[in-house]
Amino acid sequence: MCGIVGLLLKDKSLRPRLGEFMVPMLIGMTERGPDSSGMAVFTEPVQAHSRKLSLYCAQPGFDWRQMQRSLSGHSGHAEVEIKSNHCIVTSAADPGTVRDWLAKEYPAVRVLSVGRNIDLYKDVGLPSEVAERYGFSHFSGTHLVGHTRMATESAVTLENAHPYTAGEDWCLVHNGSLANPGSLRRKLEKLGERFESDCDTEGACRYLHWRLTSGDSLEAALEHAFHDFDGFFTFLMGTRDKLALVRDPFACKPAIVAETDEYVAIASEFRSLAHLPGIKQAAVFEPKPAEVYAWSVQ
Amino acid sequence: MVSAMREAAGRVAFDLKRDSVRDLNQFLHGDLSEVQQVVVENPDGAHSLAVGVNAAVHVEICGHAGYYAAGMNKEATVHVRGNAGPGVAENMMSGHVEVSGFASGGAGASAHGGLLVIRGDAGLRCGISLKGADIVVGGDVGGFSAFMAQAGRIIVCGDAGDGLGDSLYEAVIYVRGKVRSLGADARIEPMTDSDHEAVRSLLAAAEISHSSADFKRVASARALYHWNADANQTY
Repeated sequence: MCGIVGLLLKDKSLRPRLGEFMVPMLIGMTERGPDSSGMAVFTEPVQAHSRKLSLYCAQPGFDWRQMQRSLSGHSGHAEVEIKSNHCIVTSAADPGTVRDWLAKEYPAVRVLSVGRNIDLYKDVGLPSEVAERYGFSHFSGTHLVGHTRMATESAVTLENAHPYTAGEDWCLVHNGSLANPGSLRRKLEKLGERFESDCDTEGACRYLHWRLTSGDSLEAALEHAFHDFDGFFTFLMGTRDKLALVRDPFACKPAIVAETDEYVAIASEFRSLAHLPGIKQAAVFEPKPAEVYAWSVQ
Repeated sequence: MVSAMREAAGRVAFDLKRDSVRDLNQFLHGDLSEVQQVVVENPDGAHSLAVGVNAAVHVEICGHAGYYAAGMNKEATVHVRGNAGPGVAENMMSGHVEVSGFASGGAGASAHGGLLVIRGDAGLRCGISLKGADIVVGGDVGGFSAFMAQAGRIIVCGDAGDGLGDSLYEAVIYVRGKVRSLGADARIEPMTDSDHEAVRSLLAAAEISHSSADFKRVASARALYHWNADANQTY
């Protein structure tokens, strides 16, 4: 069992309050996922030639400033925003070059996401603790994707927490379980995808990323996934300007959507949406199995 | 500490912004001889509302309910004035459960008796393993509804999803709209006079106006009742 939450604000005036609306949604899913949680927030984009990298280091007191100076010396000026053991680096350098440089110079640092819009935080602990640790309630932005995890098939670690990312400005969270993540992994590693955790969800994430970068539309990629994934899933995906939701053909895992003129809110259960403004007037519906739902930032 | 308000003779209100689900359910499991109606404000999708009630009391849930609302209900009338999460009225024994909006998966699962009315759509696996209750759905039902249903009747005023009535026993389904596909051993059969009467009486009980002439009967072909050694283990 896990909990998923997503929120896309149509009303631009509400965007500074994205995190404030989201934190009760995340905490509302604590019983579905008390061991770890995470959040991908999509902000206004950085300049076209720049990229943001969300980084994580498990070493207590890791010196992010020293890493910033070193990175700036290597590949030009880099900005950092430090939150505990997470750090968002903004740099005009090629993100692949930065990733390779980090792997060589700072092997303890992990890259959680890359893009112009996405910031990503995830950690073990109760959703309320993780939200507090990284100041989720202060997030502003256009949309976000969150997750509360109850581990079933892999250990409780930050690496196995969601959201998962691949490529740029793309993330995925998962409620459910896949029975064939190993065969997906073996197939995808041969095609050049690199895995960083033991979690079944990473197989789904890298599979969909592989299909999307091979030219599939999201709908076509998911049609292939219905065939190639053995298991249960509700997936919520975030892109630069979209939220997309899909449930497996048996709809074994729940999802509910509430839509108003101001927002689209998605959660595993209604109790995570009950606090939202105007919820009593919202159009509330349960997504059908094997149908792709997507909402765009206006 | 139960802080429910005794508002008028025989009427008690719980506000789940203040009271817990346990407060509500412990009250409903106590002596209700002086109580006719229990109102539940701000349910906000909480789980297990009004489960295991065993008295002829009327429970009004004023909003959306989470998992298992009115599960194991006996004698009570439980009205969810909103949508219901998975497993509403699961294992109901008797009484009347009504959902004004839609119900998620597994509505009325294993219910032995009583009537479940869902005014909107029901999700997947509605009436799975039904054991004698009646279910009336005003809208559509999702896939795999009435799977292995043993006894009871299901009225579907809208369309039915994939695999309707798979491995059906003696429960009977009446569908007004389209059936996307029938499950193994389920078949469409002619409507008899007693079928028309059953549809009319259940629609009347649910206060829904349709003609019984618009419904078709889905029941078991009973081909799975016995092992068929000639079937080459295809089932």
